[in-house]
Amino acid sequence: MSWWVIASMAAGAYTFKVLGIFGLSRVDLRGPLAELVRFLPAAMLAGLIVQQSLSEASGEIIATRALGIAAGGLAVWAKAPLIVVIVVSAGVAALARLVV
Amino acid sequence: MVSSRMNSPPALRRTLSLRVVRDGIALGAAVGIVGIVFGVLARATGLSVAKTCVMSLLVFTGASQFAAVGVVGSGGSPFAALGSALLLASRNMLYGPVVARWFVGDSAGTRAGVAQVTIDESTGLGAAQTTQSDRRLGFLAGGIATYVFWNIGTLIGALAGEVIGDLEAWGLDAAFPTVYVALLAPHLATRPGRITALVAATVALAALPVLPIGVPILVSTIGAIVGAVAAHRAVDTRSDDEESS
Repeated sequence: MSWWVIASMAAGAYTFKVLGIFGLSRVDLRGPLAELVRFLPAAMLAGLIVQQSLSEASGEIIATRALGIAAGGLAVWAKAPLIVVIVVSAGVAALARLVV
Repeated sequence: MVSSRMNSPPALRRTLSLRVVRDGIALGAAVGIVGIVFGVLARATGLSVAKTCVMSLLVFTGASQFAAVGVVGSGGSPFAALGSALLLASRNMLYGPVVARWFVGDSAGTRAGVAQVTIDESTGLGAAQTTQSDRRLGFLAGGIATYVFWNIGTLIGALAGEVIGDLEAWGLDAAFPTVYVALLAPHLATRPGRITALVAATVALAALPVLPIGVPILVSTIGAIVGAVAAHRAVDTRSDDEESS
């Protein structure tokens, strides 16, 4: 990733924050656009999960990765602390790879 | 604001304020762990330690950073990465007007600093408090702790990424999507949130084989439109007794 991408991200992210804090945003806070922005993270995180789960690899890697994600998902569902979620998902995938 | 402070004895107020600060630090520590994961992932996708750390210092909005690094890491274009990151960053704009009410009389310089730490966590911790002074304190404690821990975590992760080497042998390629699952989980508490995620995942799945890497994430924003419509309908049928404070 080039520096210009990082600089644009920084400028863009800070611009959004400043527009909000200084009341310069023209987005109506109760309007449909605000509603849309509110649901963007859920949509994009779901998209990101799909993309990352299936990204370039052998079938074996993807299958063991899915096992790890499923185990981690169970930990999330059980409201385990994040560090536990990470260790469980990585651990299950790594162990599955040792076995396969 | 002043009268609510007077309602409780000073000793109790101090205890409550200490609790707010402690909550902020606990929140920051949790974010620090995510920062470590981010640092490792960023290094694995080929970012230098400097780029990884500068991104956390200046961009400072976790989901955007993960999205950008995730898209580039799976071979997507810088434009898809930037687009995903900025779309995700746009929600911080919505927190501004809420947070600004806690910092009304403060200098423009202070508010410019407040802007940088206006993110999910700090806004959430501020909004959870019951008095104006505690909202300020909660926001600042959450914002500063999150900023400090996120950046320390990023540095640790970036340096650790150097020695980790093969991500797949450690199962870390499974851990990254799982972190997104953990970030997504709170959004699934409401029905529109669940609809959003379901539609977005379906769209991304359909788009994956036909669109360039990273673009399916942009297309999955269709889910947000469906979710917003669902939420709008829910509001129409509900009596809205919300009051501004």
